[in-house]
Amino acid sequence: MSEFEPYDEHEGREDPNDPEEKDGPDEKSEAVEQRRGHGSDGDDGRGLGHSPRIPMPRASLEDGGRPLPVLEDPGEPPVPATALPSAPAPLVLEHHVLKSLLGAWALSACSSEESAAVEEHLGGCGTCADEALRLRDAVGLLRPPESLDLDPALRTRVLEGCLHRRPPRIPVPRWATPYDAETARLDALLQDIGDAEWHAPVRLRWFEDESPTNRRTTVAGVIAHLLSVDGLVAIALGLDDPLGDTAADSPDPSSRTETYWSASRFPPTRGVRAPWREQTHDLVRTVSFTGGSGSGSARPAVSYGSFELPLHDAMLDRAFECWIHAEDIAEAVDYPYEPPAPRHLNSMIDLATRMLPTALAGRRQRGLASPARGRHLGVAGEPGRSLRLEIEGLGGGEWLIPLDSPAAVGSAEHEVAHVALDGVEFCRLAAGHVPPEEAAAGQVGDHEAIRDVLFAAASLSRM
Amino acid sequence: MAKKDAPPRWDRRMQQRLARGEAAALGELYDRFASLVHGLAHRVLGDERAADGITRDVFAHVWEHPETYDPKQGPLRSWVATLTHRLAVQRLRVTETAALAQGDSTEELESRVRRASVAARADYIVTSMPSPLRAALELAYFQRRDYRQTAADLGVTEDEARRRLRLGLQLLSTAHDTGAPGAPPGYGGAA
Repeated sequence: MSEFEPYDEHEGREDPNDPEEKDGPDEKSEAVEQRRGHGSDGDDGRGLGHSPRIPMPRASLEDGGRPLPVLEDPGEPPVPATALPSAPAPLVLEHHVLKSLLGAWALSACSSEESAAVEEHLGGCGTCADEALRLRDAVGLLRPPESLDLDPALRTRVLEGCLHRRPPRIPVPRWATPYDAETARLDALLQDIGDAEWHAPVRLRWFEDESPTNRRTTVAGVIAHLLSVDGLVAIALGLDDPLGDTAADSPDPSSRTETYWSASRFPPTRGVRAPWREQTHDLVRTVSFTGGSGSGSARPAVSYGSFELPLHDAMLDRAFECWIHAEDIAEAVDYPYEPPAPRHLNSMIDLATRMLPTALAGRRQRGLASPARGRHLGVAGEPGRSLRLEIEGLGGGEWLIPLDSPAAVGSAEHEVAHVALDGVEFCRLAAGHVPPEEAAAGQVGDHEAIRDVLFAAASLSRM
Repeated sequence: MAKKDAPPRWDRRMQQRLARGEAAALGELYDRFASLVHGLAHRVLGDERAADGITRDVFAHVWEHPETYDPKQGPLRSWVATLTHRLAVQRLRVTETAALAQGDSTEELESRVRRASVAARADYIVTSMPSPLRAALELAYFQRRDYRQTAADLGVTEDEARRRLRLGLQLLSTAHDTGAPGAPPGYGGAA
């Protein structure tokens, strides 16, 4: 059944002993070249002339100057010590043994004595000679696997092309497409990394108590983190909780993650990829049915413990987290990783800007932001003192952030400050990966307001 | 934790979901088969952009005509591979026929098409064969382990290692078997 399972398929290709798996194909082609090269170095005097019908093995181990395999099997007939160095006494093997050796012989994967015995035999046994020829030809068909990394943009192009030709009856909601795309991109990265890289150290970074903080884990630990927190959306949709019966102390992202990590005596491995990926697919499928149409009111809200988000925003939030952590992983295993597609990036920035006024109000209550100064405090729907956030680059745009109340409406007339920064830089700030003091932002106007907004953006981050 | 549908069930369900126009199913189909499709197309055509084009055509065909897959005839994976093979070889013929104008003979064209077909089928057979056989072949061929070392690496007897190497090559050798034109063999999911 493994042939239906892309994960297994990939695992089948891994060499568990090779920590440099990601360089595998190149090394392998080199190895093949070596074999081919040595194959023409001439013969070793073994077997020549015994079987004119059958081409010689492409290369043999002893051609490569490697030590001859030792005959370890005590049941093997010993090579007589009196054998002449130039012509070792031939092994005498039974027909069924010779036949069973044909695969190993074709691959040059038996001892020279065995090879000689097989070749001797092929001269006189038509059936075996036919099979030997066939298997030798088959060896020529073995190729190192081609590089598997597909351009992630191809997925979007292919799917959009399909949906254009036949519009779907049950579309993936527009607000769920960033999650669909980001999880697919991360999965493509995971497909490419070797066993050892799953244990590469990664630091989860976020901003807490006014300063950067971090938690050490591994690549597999990051995927376990995504699985645990995506599980909040799964629960809201009535799907299985990936934590199963192991109840977390509280339903917030970090408790759930710590619970998942500590539920097993062993640190997570690449085995976490399949359940993570299955859950991402389940979420996209389920929101297509439950969340696609109508207004937001029919959709369930997703609880993060101390706050909740409407389903469509939670899916954007999870897309954002998926990208940010994919970058953490890519950095840890030294892979290139691009920012999301511009329109997806734009939706993520938009979500952050919509969360800013509430974050500001919360910080003000705790004395972490300057007091409100507007004349229209608390009057819902009224224009209020605002900061113009100008996001540059693909996926950018302009947002007016009301400063004094989440209920107020951003207003160009009441603009007191203007901040300009790059879209990816803004997202890293909101992810707690760039301290607010260091965010490369062009700023004009009320410095206090600017400081408050940049710190509020950083405070959106969490584990 | 992961609950895996038995493949035939997954295949049938996927077909139903595609038939009722579920875009999420198309995404899952792509995630499962895109590297297979792209890899086979690339083996036949030897060109990245051409392989991208075949990938687009294959998924468009499955999405537009999910009913043309019959689960009784075999796994979805084999069907997708056969479809990919057919479209890629068609395309190779078109591009190679264009090259014919520059003086290549028809026999050269046919032998190029045949070589590309066999190479693609061989790839498919290797990725589809039971993983114990594939693991043995990879150790013996790519890691240059002899069969005794292969046996030790896999934790099996030397007899078993010899058996796996021989059986793996026997399966692989069926890539050479050509059937009726237009019906590429070698994609029966039995392996």
